[in-house]
Amino acid sequence: MSFHATTSQTVGPYFSIGLTRLRKADLVGSGVSGEKITISGRVIDGEGKPVPDAMLEIWQANSHGKYAHPEDAQNKPLEAGFQGYGRVGVDENGGFSFRTVKPGTVPGPDGKMQAPHIAVSVFARGLLLRLVTRIYLPEEAANADDYVLNLVEPERRGTLIARKNAVAGTLEWNVILQGADETVFFDC
Amino acid sequence: MNNILGYRRPAPGTQPTHLHPPYVSSTTRAPSKPLVHMPHTLTEVTGPLFGTEAVDVKACDLTRQHSGEPLGERIIVSGRVLDEDARPVARTLVEVWQANAAGRYLHKVDQHDAPLDPSFTGCGHALTDDEGRYRFVTVRPGAYPWRNHYNAWRPAHIHFSIFGPAFATRLVTQMYFQGDALIPYDPIFNCTADEQARNRLISVFDWATTIPDQALGYRFDIVLNGREATPMEK
Repeated sequence: MSFHATTSQTVGPYFSIGLTRLRKADLVGSGVSGEKITISGRVIDGEGKPVPDAMLEIWQANSHGKYAHPEDAQNKPLEAGFQGYGRVGVDENGGFSFRTVKPGTVPGPDGKMQAPHIAVSVFARGLLLRLVTRIYLPEEAANADDYVLNLVEPERRGTLIARKNAVAGTLEWNVILQGADETVFFDC
Repeated sequence: MNNILGYRRPAPGTQPTHLHPPYVSSTTRAPSKPLVHMPHTLTEVTGPLFGTEAVDVKACDLTRQHSGEPLGERIIVSGRVLDEDARPVARTLVEVWQANAAGRYLHKVDQHDAPLDPSFTGCGHALTDDEGRYRFVTVRPGAYPWRNHYNAWRPAHIHFSIFGPAFATRLVTQMYFQGDALIPYDPIFNCTADEQARNRLISVFDWATTIPDQALGYRFDIVLNGREATPMEK
C-alpha cells in the first residue's frame, strides 16, 4: 500500500502559541568555530507592507561544511555547540534577525561543491504551504558556479544573496513574498 | 556524494496551490512567479533532529498544564506518522496548538468575544515512538469566527507541525473532526483540489482509543514525503 503525503495547511495567525518553545535566534553555542554572522531583514507582502505574523526556520551546515545529521557521511568534524537549526518569528514591522556562523561548502548535484548557503522555510498566515528559499553570502566567488543559483534566471539571483551592512559581520536579507522584486522560492 | 536520494514530490492536486483566492490572506502573500524546481541536495535530505532532551514528556497532556482542569470535552488525539511507503517515522517531533473549548486562542491578536480558560494554554508537543505513534490528551477546540468573508467560521481544528527526517519532509497542517458541519464552507480546508487528500485531514472517531468514563478518542495519521526509489528499485 502506498500513501500520499498529508496536505499542508497554513500556520495561521496564532502559531506562536505552539512554536515559540523551540525559538532559536542564536544558533551559535559555546566553542563553535567559524566566522560569526548576524542576518537581519524583513518579510514584505505583495502590497509592500510588512508581514507581522511570519516565522522563518533555518537549516545549515557548520563552518566545516558538515550537517548535524546521520545522512551526512562526509569526513568533516561536527561541533556539539552547533546543530544548524534556527527558528525566528518576525516583529510587528516584519523584522527578524538571527546569529549564526558562515556555513562551509557541501557537495552539490553536479559533483562540485555548493557555495555556502542557508536553507530557509517561511511560514505565515496566508501561506498554505511553507515557502522554501536560500540565503547565499555576498562576495563569494563560489556563487558564480553554484548549481542551485544557476537554476535561477540571472536577474533574480540577487534576491537570494544577502547584502553587507555597514557594521562588520552583519548582513541584510529580505523576504519579498510577491511582486516585481519577489524573492526566489524553490519547488523543493 | 553526488548520488543523493531525494524525497518524492507531491502527487498532482494533493497539496494546496499557493494562491487560493477564497482564502483572502493568500492574495497578497502567495508568490506570483513560478517556483524554481531544484533537485534535493545534501542540504534538503538532512534536517534538524530533536531528541528526548528537547522534549518535556508531560507536554503531551494539554489538560494538566495548570492547577485546574480546562473546561470542555476531554479528548484523546492519537495516530502515527508514516512515510509514503507506510514506514513509521520514529522519534520525530510533533508540535500542536489550538483554541480552547470556547473557540478562543491564548494570543493577543485573537479578539473573539469568547472566554479564555485560565486552565488551558493550548500547546503541546511529543516525540513519536519507534512505531511512529504519538498521543495527546486535550479538549475539543471550539469553532470560531474570522474575518475572511461575511459570517465566516473556522471549523474546529488542531494545528500540527512535524519535522520528519529531513528539511524536505517538513510539514505544517491542521486536523479537523469528523462530522463538523463547517468543513464544507472553510476556504482553508478546501484549498486542496484533491477531495481524498482533503478528507485525510479529518480525524476519525475511534472506539479503540476512547477511554471509558474519561475521553473520546480521535485518530489522525500523518504521512510525510517518501523517499525516491533507488535506481535498483525502479
